[in-house]
Amino acid sequence: MAIPTVINAAGRSVPLEINSKPVVPFMGVGKYRPAGRKCGPPIPVCSDFPVDGNKVVPSLKEALVRCGLHDGMTISTHHHLRDGDLISNQVFDLASGMGVRDLIWFPSASFPCNDPLIKYLEDGTINRIEGSMNGPLGRFVSEGRMKGTAVLRSHGGRVQAIQDGDVRIDIAVLVAPSADMFGNAKGTGGRSACGVLGYAKADSMYADKVIVVTDNLVDFPCFPMEIEGNYVDYVVVVDKIGIPEKIVSGTTLITKSPDRLLIAELTASFLEKSGILKDGITMQAGAGGTSLAIAVFVHEMLRQKGWKSKFGFGGSTKYMVEMLEQGQMGYILDAQVFDLDSVSSVENNPNHIPYSVFNAYNYHSKGNLTSMMDIMILGATEVDLNFNGNVVTHSDGYLLHGIGGWQNCLHARNVILPLPLFRDRIPVIVDKVTTLCGPGELIDVIVTERGIAINPLRTDLVESVRDSGLPLRSIEDLKEEAESICGKPEKARFEEDIVAAIKWVDGTVIDVVRKIKI
Amino acid sequence: MNNKSISGNAGPKIRSDCEMILQLRSESGIVIDLKSKVQVLYGASIRKLCTDILVFFGIRDALLTVNDSGALDWVIGARLESAVKQLINTDLEFLPPFREENKYQTTSGRFRFSRLYIPGNAPAMMINAGLHSADGIILDLEDSVAPEMKDEARILVRNALRQVNFYGAERMVRINQGERGLKDLEFVIPQNVNLVIIPKCEDPGQVRLVDAKISEIKERSGFTNQVHLMPVIESALGVERSFEIAKSSESVAAMAIGLEDYTADLGVSRTIEGKESLYARTRLVVTAKAAGIQPIDSVFSDVADMEALRQNVLSSKALGFEGMGCIHPRQVSVIRMGFAPGNDEIEKSVKIVAAYEEAARNGLGVVALGSKMIDAPVVARAQKTIDLAARLGLLSDKPVNESNPEEK
Repeated sequence: MAIPTVINAAGRSVPLEINSKPVVPFMGVGKYRPAGRKCGPPIPVCSDFPVDGNKVVPSLKEALVRCGLHDGMTISTHHHLRDGDLISNQVFDLASGMGVRDLIWFPSASFPCNDPLIKYLEDGTINRIEGSMNGPLGRFVSEGRMKGTAVLRSHGGRVQAIQDGDVRIDIAVLVAPSADMFGNAKGTGGRSACGVLGYAKADSMYADKVIVVTDNLVDFPCFPMEIEGNYVDYVVVVDKIGIPEKIVSGTTLITKSPDRLLIAELTASFLEKSGILKDGITMQAGAGGTSLAIAVFVHEMLRQKGWKSKFGFGGSTKYMVEMLEQGQMGYILDAQVFDLDSVSSVENNPNHIPYSVFNAYNYHSKGNLTSMMDIMILGATEVDLNFNGNVVTHSDGYLLHGIGGWQNCLHARNVILPLPLFRDRIPVIVDKVTTLCGPGELIDVIVTERGIAINPLRTDLVESVRDSGLPLRSIEDLKEEAESICGKPEKARFEEDIVAAIKWVDGTVIDVVRKIKI
Repeated sequence: MNNKSISGNAGPKIRSDCEMILQLRSESGIVIDLKSKVQVLYGASIRKLCTDILVFFGIRDALLTVNDSGALDWVIGARLESAVKQLINTDLEFLPPFREENKYQTTSGRFRFSRLYIPGNAPAMMINAGLHSADGIILDLEDSVAPEMKDEARILVRNALRQVNFYGAERMVRINQGERGLKDLEFVIPQNVNLVIIPKCEDPGQVRLVDAKISEIKERSGFTNQVHLMPVIESALGVERSFEIAKSSESVAAMAIGLEDYTADLGVSRTIEGKESLYARTRLVVTAKAAGIQPIDSVFSDVADMEALRQNVLSSKALGFEGMGCIHPRQVSVIRMGFAPGNDEIEKSVKIVAAYEEAARNGLGVVALGSKMIDAPVVARAQKTIDLAARLGLLSDKPVNESNPEEK
């Protein structure tokens, strides 16, 4: 089956259709300008809903039946319960029991707890996943065993796809730590608190049918609501939506590895000496051990200089919460929380504000929060000599990570990737990334334990640290050192078959992942 | 004779290492069963390396099982050589290339503020050891290596000295005591070791034996680099004889004290304030300085308490010590900055040297700064402080020393 391919603006060979639907090849950053109007769900009529506002139905199965679950539907879930989610698998258990086939699962992210879904990919209950996949799911897809083609999108890209009509959600099943009978819901309260529900907002507004599932039914109104009951068809009350200790880490910890700490220290030092760090900066750092260590170093620098970050964008951790509480950060805008300190902060601190990815990340909207950020700390599995980044596959070709907000965050003013020069034996800097997820023109600095490479396009940054005494090196030089230590790796080998498409933030196809040659 | 051997390490927590299970056979050639985290990227090169090594040792028929967790070639080589040497008697060595960057020498008077101990059988810790700016990296064959792993560690350390770039840190090895230590030297001396640490030293004869053995190896291998010695005093007898030990050889560049064993020898417990070892420490400072070598303090074992370490370094410096051991990379910068001269000290030194040079230009024999006369040792010490400050990057904010514009 020969699907015609073209070479896109990033030089990657991509198909013109995926899962029998036409797609647009990547045209360059900011080049694709779609015409037309955004999509919306069908028009509901309130007289179809209970006048007393009570939308509670007896079971999830009942709700699915009433939503008209049938073959080929697109089912969305969100990932705020992370690895502790008990509901998304149940949806497919029920669907399988009802004999429904060829479903499309459209999660905002998947976790190891979703590995049991492999059996439904095998037996045809699920045709494909359009979302991130890790571990065994990624391996399953890489080996060409999923019937449909996976589509990987960033968090903002997912909202873009929903709003632009690239993906029409038939049924959104939205777990909520607290909800009322009308469907108003929030991420706090109850015993399965996850903090915020930012990733579920678009699903609630654009899906044909919306089911809210909670284990904590509260009196109307559930307030402050992140999901509004006017978008909700049914409410289901269950014993347990999640396993609390797997929803958020009890506590997130900075890295103890001396090598990672060194990278964090160098990164902080770069931020200081380049002048990027200043009073009023805006920043985002992830929940990885190295990012957290950078946050701690930055916090200390702000404190010493008497400066304050205007706002930080979450995922929040206790280290960000400490900045907020100790006066080195004005606000936390938060799309997801990673630990218990953050859950309690978002519940109690009015300056810790739930903020949906909708407002933050969507490229097809009237402004983008990430382009307002001064400092963006991100990871990558590979970076190439043109500073292109890969976050979804490893150098051995296997799909192992989702994109998350990574692509969206590339639009920040200073995108900095603190990375070890090699992991175990595998060099991180390569001639050409195995899978292209982000164009090098948006990636500014690579900080490794053996030196810092600045993208030559950023002449201003190059100039700012010229006499700083920092260990500045060319990216070619770093790559050469890694290979002199590790040896030059062979390349992963692939079949022709496409197993996954990687969407850019604007919905165009930036690259594809091909089946592993075993 | 046994025909099966095991070397190296494998398991879920092991990184950058591998396990070799070698079984000699009488026919069917070399069969390699490789399980590796990096199979796709390095599988073929690992197989080729293993085959080359087996052929090098004259092995034609064997089943080799490799459980690899991302080991570098020099680690794979060391592990396989160890497995081979458990089964056959040979003096052959399968040496990885010697990196050009590793050919530097060090002077006996160089700074030795921080020396970082790396266990001799832990490849994952060796690879990045040089990144933490320690003055010296010690590949330890003694206490940090389990007795049954000693032979393997020698080969691993030998290969590390050839292949791992320590980025200018002094290349040190701590050998074992006695005969085993002398045998250790055979493995490491030809690999451009800059300094050998002699543990539990309580007799100048021990130092002379090591020194003689090093000379013998150097002569035999035509190797001319200088190898410095650092005896470690770890007993009451050692303290009593520390002056003789310090003077026992021209090669002795520094002398350290090891307080864990010393306090055990005394039968007292080691405390943070260290009253129990004050005599030994001050005695060692005096004997070392009397012999013209560097006195080096013991390691500080609480790796989590950086503030206590900082206090410890300051008191150590105040006693006259010129360096300290580190058992964790994060200790390096604390120790380095602790031994660094303070701002007042730097400023005063700059003034002294400037006054001296001014006087020299004017042909004056006597130098004075304010009301104080300055003699040659004072100037020398001031110059040393300035050099040190420059090396530690502490001079950048200071007014440029006009007498040394070429140093900018």
